[in-house]
Amino acid sequence: MNSARPAGPVFTTEGVEFAYRGSPRLVVHGANFSVDRGAVYAVIGPNGSGKSTLLKLLLGILKPASGSIQYEDRDIGSWSRRDLAKRIGVVGQTEEHTFPISVREMVAMGRYPHLGPWRRSTQSDELAVETAMERCAVSELSSRPVDQLSGGERQRARIARALAQEPATLVLDEPTVQLDIAHEMAIFDLLADLCRRDGTTVVLVTHNLNLAARYSTAMLLLNRGGTVAEGSPADVLTREVIEHVYGWPVRVVPHPGPGPDEGAPQIVPLASSRPPGDGRTAG
Amino acid sequence: MRTLASPDDRPIPSIGDSTPWRLAILGAFLLFAMLVSMGTGPAQLTSTSLIEALTGGGDAATRAIVLELRLPRTLLAALVGGGLAVSGAAFQALLRNPLAEPYVLGVSGGAAVGAVLAIVSGVAATATWGLPFAAFGGAILAIAVVFWIAIRVGRGFDTRVLLLAGVVLGAFFNALILLLLTYSDLESFRSAMFWMMGSLTTSSWPTVALEAAYILPMVAAMITLGRAFNLLALGDDTAVYLGVRVDRVKIAAYVIASFIVAASVAACGVIGFVGLIVPHALRLLWGGDHRFLLPGSFLAGGAFLLFADTAARTFAAPAELPVGVITALVGVPLFVVILTRSMR
Repeated sequence: MNSARPAGPVFTTEGVEFAYRGSPRLVVHGANFSVDRGAVYAVIGPNGSGKSTLLKLLLGILKPASGSIQYEDRDIGSWSRRDLAKRIGVVGQTEEHTFPISVREMVAMGRYPHLGPWRRSTQSDELAVETAMERCAVSELSSRPVDQLSGGERQRARIARALAQEPATLVLDEPTVQLDIAHEMAIFDLLADLCRRDGTTVVLVTHNLNLAARYSTAMLLLNRGGTVAEGSPADVLTREVIEHVYGWPVRVVPHPGPGPDEGAPQIVPLASSRPPGDGRTAG
Repeated sequence: MRTLASPDDRPIPSIGDSTPWRLAILGAFLLFAMLVSMGTGPAQLTSTSLIEALTGGGDAATRAIVLELRLPRTLLAALVGGGLAVSGAAFQALLRNPLAEPYVLGVSGGAAVGAVLAIVSGVAATATWGLPFAAFGGAILAIAVVFWIAIRVGRGFDTRVLLLAGVVLGAFFNALILLLLTYSDLESFRSAMFWMMGSLTTSSWPTVALEAAYILPMVAAMITLGRAFNLLALGDDTAVYLGVRVDRVKIAAYVIASFIVAASVAACGVIGFVGLIVPHALRLLWGGDHRFLLPGSFLAGGAFLLFADTAARTFAAPAELPVGVITALVGVPLFVVILTRSMR
């Protein structure tokens, strides 16, 4: 559906700096990168490196202190939330469930930006909801309360809601945290499929370096708010860079296969040779 | 994919098709409550004589009782009960706190200070509209102070700031009320206490007209925000990502809810529990979709306050109990029954 769109980057940032109010520390500084159309773009980095803050800047929730952030060649701040919601679907890290709702009701919320203030949902809204639920394999759960789903099911339902927005760009913040490998792989496969079949651009923050290496087309490695490396997984995931950023000895080995992603760089953290309590520990 | 349902999974029925039916049921319930309320009193009326009087027939005495005394009181109870329930539902959604109720932001405290001031100073005894206008002024003052604090703090109407500001302001107003009552005579003390427990004895056609002109458009405006409330329940960021102008919706809803409460407090004093219990009961029975919950709360809140007022007039007749006592005495056990049944 994106074949008619012009080529070129979806997101572009230039010299973006950001600090939280009342704090002198720059949480993000010197961010210069672009996300190509149809890419699976992974943002990685240690805890507290500014990944989630960077996502909020990209999505216009936070305003940069300096620098510019463009979405589709327009400053992110000049977009109305409604127009952005028609183009960007977001699966955030946390979500509250104060009152019980069913999976179908939650997915249908993705249609909000497409509805007029007085209009009821139309057949095309219904169709978008059904399609999104099928795509994420939650159709059978449609009448189940969201707060009674398993972690994997709930995450698929949230992705379905984002897909119901019919977005050209999908942004996810640690979408597979706390999921077992089958559910995690199912979600990464779904993202790859969205990218391949629909031309959806996917931006995701993740701690799973190995899956990011296999599924992403480009990566951004952050450390303490600054960009350490950007490029293909093979360029970013080198032993020197990862050991330096994460402060832990690793080896980089090729993915043994089989599969389309055979040979992708895989990080193997080594057991510490130092006695426990000596120097920094992972955390 | 794992789709096995465990035994305690109860499907939530889809809302779309059943909403009109549910609202029709609640509407019929409200109508029934209005007829019961109008038929009950020192002069017990049969349904035929009641209908005759309402349609302009029957004998003159019955017509006078129904049209001049009971109908305005019934309409006032329906308006105020409905308004309180709608603002309760709105505050629960906005503050994302199931314990929120219409008075959570200190509106009742401000109104009470105004009312007690009017009573103690004697203004309430000399001017008919003195008390309601003093109460309304106090309520507006409370709203203004809470919003001023929220703006001073910044952070785009952080719900925690609003909640804290409302609670501390309420405590401050309580202290003021106690201070005022210390200097009041016994008569003023008694009428201040009665006002604070809520009462519909002030009903008259001018009051009803004023309240209706005020509350009905506010409730209608609130109902249009229902879909946005559904999204806000997922968190501010998620709502923004789905295209909701969160700050605008929040400010609109806070202002509308606060003004509904100010108007009802001015007319009827502080009637508790309606705004807490009615939205929760509906939510437990029929789910939390605000497109249903807001209009549903208006209808059910009106019916609930009508029954409570009918009971308050009947139990100790010819004396009248404070309606706020009845809403709590009847509402709490009723709520516990619904809670235990729906959670089992």
